[in-house]
Amino acid sequence: MPVNADFQGRTYPPTKPYGVSAAKIREFADAVGSTDPVHVDAEVARARGYADVIAPPTFAVLIAQQCDRQLITDPEAGIDFSRVVHGEEKFVHHRPLTAGDSIVGTLHVDGVREAGGHAMVTTRSELATATGEPVCTATSTLVIRGGE
Amino acid sequence: MTEARTTGRVPVCAEVTVGEKLPAKTIHVDRARLVQYAGASLDRNRIHWDERFAKSVGLPDVIAHGMFTMGSAVTVVSDWAGDAGRIVEYGVRFTKPVVVSYEEGADIEVSALVKAVDTEERRATVELTAKSGGQKVLGKALAVVQLD
Repeated sequence: MPVNADFQGRTYPPTKPYGVSAAKIREFADAVGSTDPVHVDAEVARARGYADVIAPPTFAVLIAQQCDRQLITDPEAGIDFSRVVHGEEKFVHHRPLTAGDSIVGTLHVDGVREAGGHAMVTTRSELATATGEPVCTATSTLVIRGGE
Repeated sequence: MTEARTTGRVPVCAEVTVGEKLPAKTIHVDRARLVQYAGASLDRNRIHWDERFAKSVGLPDVIAHGMFTMGSAVTVVSDWAGDAGRIVEYGVRFTKPVVVSYEEGADIEVSALVKAVDTEERRATVELTAKSGGQKVLGKALAVVQLD
């Protein structure tokens, strides 16, 4: 199997804080075509009860990706990055990511299994503020294609 | 107040019915769009913008980021929800790549319908369908919306 099965159940230390900026939210919203003014207009966001502009639902991938990178680049995990394909992604938002947030991510390796000659790794990134308020749970399934 | 494209008017739970169709949308993708998303998301994998590289690793052509498809498709739900911050859960499976040719780019046809309504929590589960080139590019695509 191209992935070290002992990694199942492993947890990595929290990442360095990621500062969520209004500029990055705007850039990301533009790129996915999310025209809701709540991403760019702080007045609109506040009128809807948010502290500042909020990120589109998939913005959290920016931070989750940083978490996943710890596993992918861990030499002991044995993952060949050139064979990695994104299989599944899911976000559970405890509240929207908001400009001004400082977010740390903790990576958990929930599953390592084999299916059809490929390895499937399921990771869970728990994103929270520096003070521990949960913000988002991002779950990814990475498929590592088997060699011929 | 400035005039907003999205009013922030969130559907009232009692008025949402199972089987209700959300307004569908066709999203056009070209290479420029993928470069824009690569920059915004920091996913600079060459398979998403370098045709020669994509073909050298066995792909038919440049393919869209799965996360671009996921992030742009959900705008159908956020437009309906009136507020992107109301999407409390969103998950997909990446079933087929969106192949983006130099000349024509690609179209992603997105439709969605209400699969379930939880009156206690005032939440609707919406199932999305995303097709490109006649094939389903997302599977198990479900978003949960916090209603009023």
